[in-house]
Amino acid sequence: MSDANSDDYEKAIHSGGDVASFEERHRAPLERLHNFLHSYPTAAPLMVLAASLVVFGAIADNFFTPFNFSLIIQQVTVIGVLGIAQTLIILTAGIDLSVAAIMVLSSVVMGRLGVTMGLPTGLAILAGFAVGTACGALNGFLVTRFKLPPFIVTLGTWSVFFALNLWYSDAQTVRSQDIDATAPLLKFFGERVGIMGAQFTYGSFLMLGLFGVFWYVLNWTAWGRAVYAIGDDKEAAELAGIRTDRILLSVYAVGGFVCAVAAWIAIGRLGSISPQSFYEGNLDAITAVVIGGTSLFGGRGAIFGTLIGAITVGVFRSGLKLAGVEVLWQEFTVGVLIIVAVAMDQWIRKVSS
Amino acid sequence: MSVDTSVEPILSGRGLTKRYGRVTAMDACDFDLYPGEILAVIGDNGAGKSTLIKALSGAVRPDEGEIRLDGKPMSYANPLEAREHGIETVYQTLALSPALSIVDNMFLGREIRAEGFAGKYLRKLDKAAMRRFAREKLSELGLMTIQNIDQAVETLSGGQRQGVAVARACAFGSKVVILDEPTAALGVKESRRVLDLILDVKKRGLPIVLISHNMPHVFEVADRIHVHRLGKRKAVVDPKKHTMSDAVAMMTGAMEAPPEERTDN
Ligand SMILES: Nc1ncnc2c1ncn2[C@@H]1O[C@H](COP(=O)(O)OP(=O)(O)OP(=O)(O)O)[C@@H](O)[C@H]1O
Ligand SMILES: [Mg+2]
Repeated sequence: MSDANSDDYEKAIHSGGDVASFEERHRAPLERLHNFLHSYPTAAPLMVLAASLVVFGAIADNFFTPFNFSLIIQQVTVIGVLGIAQTLIILTAGIDLSVAAIMVLSSVVMGRLGVTMGLPTGLAILAGFAVGTACGALNGFLVTRFKLPPFIVTLGTWSVFFALNLWYSDAQTVRSQDIDATAPLLKFFGERVGIMGAQFTYGSFLMLGLFGVFWYVLNWTAWGRAVYAIGDDKEAAELAGIRTDRILLSVYAVGGFVCAVAAWIAIGRLGSISPQSFYEGNLDAITAVVIGGTSLFGGRGAIFGTLIGAITVGVFRSGLKLAGVEVLWQEFTVGVLIIVAVAMDQWIRKVSS
Repeated sequence: MSVDTSVEPILSGRGLTKRYGRVTAMDACDFDLYPGEILAVIGDNGAGKSTLIKALSGAVRPDEGEIRLDGKPMSYANPLEAREHGIETVYQTLALSPALSIVDNMFLGREIRAEGFAGKYLRKLDKAAMRRFAREKLSELGLMTIQNIDQAVETLSGGQRQGVAVARACAFGSKVVILDEPTAALGVKESRRVLDLILDVKKRGLPIVLISHNMPHVFEVADRIHVHRLGKRKAVVDPKKHTMSDAVAMMTGAMEAPPEERTDN
C-alpha cells in the first residue's frame, strides 16, 4: 500500500463518518440501550427478574411472602450450584451436559461409602469430591488432548457417568433414615434456619457463598481473566501467552468439583440419595446460565447472572403454580424464556461500530 | 551498512521448514537479526512472512530447522516461552481478546498481583497498578483519545486496536520486538506514531523485526531488508543501495539481488 492510497482511505473514512454520525443521532436511544446491555451483561436478566416479581406479585396470592421467597431459594439451590460449574465452562465457549450426572455419581459415592459401607462421613465426602473432580478432569482431558467438541464429549460422558452411577449404586436408593442413622453430616446442608418467617437452608447460604467466591475468582484473578479470554478467542489467548489447554483442563476439573459440592447439598435437599434423581439437572443448569445472560459462544457473561437466571426460573415456576397454572405451562414459559434470552444475547453481541 | 553483522546475531534461524499439508509455508528458510537493528521483512502475500515470525515467536513449531537466541538453540513449546525469553510479538491478527478491556488485554498472561496477603494467597490482581501502566504506555503512543482504559477492545476502531497491540509489545519486549504489519490498519498520523515508537524502541537498544508492505515505511526505518519469497529468504539488502522499486522487483522475482546480497544459495 502506498501513502497516496492510505490518504484516500483516510478521506473515505472521514466522509463516511459524517453519514454515519448523522444516522447515529437518529437511533441514539436504542444504541445506548445496546451499549448499556453490552457493558452490563446482568442488566437484562435483572430486569426480567424484577418484571416477573412485579407481575407474579400482582397475580398470585401469597407470592410476596418471606416464606415463599425462601422456598424459591431452596428450590434453586442445587441448580444454582450446578449453574456455577456450567457458567465456568460456558464462559470458555464450552458446554457440559454431564454436570448433573457428575453430581449424582458423587452423591452416590458419598452415600455408598458413608452409609452402606459405614466409612467415616468426612472421608466419604472427600471421596465424593475426588470423584466429581476426576469426572470433570476427564471431560477436560478429552476436550483438550483430543480436541473433541465439548458438546460431544459431555454428551458421551453424561451417559457414561449415569451408567456408572446405576452400576455403583445397584440402582438402589439410600434411604433417609439410614443416612440419619449412620452419616447425618451428609444431610447438613438441608438443615434450616428461620429468619423472619423465611426458611433458609445451610445449602442456600453455601450457594450464595460459592457465587461470591467465583465472582472474585473470575474478576480478580489471572485465572478468571484467562477463562474469559479463552472463551472470547482461544487462538488470540494462546498467542497472548496463555496456556489455554492447561486452563481449560482446570476449568472442567473445577467444574467437576463444584458439581460434587452440589452433590452434598442435593443430599440435604432430597433427604435421600437416589441414582435416578436430577435427571434434568444438566439442562436446568444450562437454562439458568442462558437466562442469566451468559453467552453460549463464550467470553461474555457474569457469574451472578446465573444466580439471577436460576432464581428467575424459580420465580416463574412458583408464580405460575400459585396462580394455579398447570405444570405443562410452566415448562412452556421456561422454554420461551430460554429462546428470548438467547435471542437477546445474539442482539447484544453485535457491537455497534 | 550501519549494522555490524560480524557479531553474533541475537535471533537467528537456519533451515526452517513448515508444511501445511501440501503447502510449504516455509522452505528451508534462514533468518538473522543483529543487535540494535531494525530488520524489515518484505514479501508478497502468502510468501510466508507471518509463518516465519510465528516460528520465531513460538506460535508455530517448525517441522525442521533450528532457532537460536543469543547463540543458544531454542525450541519453544508455546508463545509464552518465547515471551519469557524477552521476545514480544504483534501478530498480524493482533491476538487481542475483543470482550476484555484494554488493560486486561495489555496484561493478558502477565497480570500484576497485589502485594501482601491478598496477592500472595488469594491471588488478587492489582488493577490500579495495571491501569496506571497501561494508561502511561498508551499515552506514549498518543492513543489517549481512548477515554476509558476499561473499555472493551471490541469497541475500539481497527487502528486503535492495532495501537493497543503495538503498545503491549513495545512495553514488554526486553530482547526482541517483532511487528507483523503493525501499520496496516492505521491512518497517516497513527502510522507516523507507530514508526516513531519503533525508532524509540530501537534507541532503547532493542532490535526490531518489522514486516510491512509499505515500502516508504520500510525504507524510512529499516537498517536492512530481508526479502522473502516462496517461503525462503532470497536476499538481505541495504536500503541505502537500492530503490523502492528495486526492492519490489526483488520481492516479486522480477529482479535478482546483487550476488553479494543474495542468501538463497
Ligand atoms: N495455519 C495454516 N494452515 C494452512 N496453511 C497455512 C497456515 N498458515 C499459513 N498457511 C499458508 O502458508 C503460506 C504462507 O502464509 P503466511 O501467512 O506466512 O504469508 P504472509 O507472507 O504472511 O502473507 P501476507 O502478506 O498476506 O500476510 C500461505 O500459502 C498460507 O496459505
Ligand atoms: Mg502475514
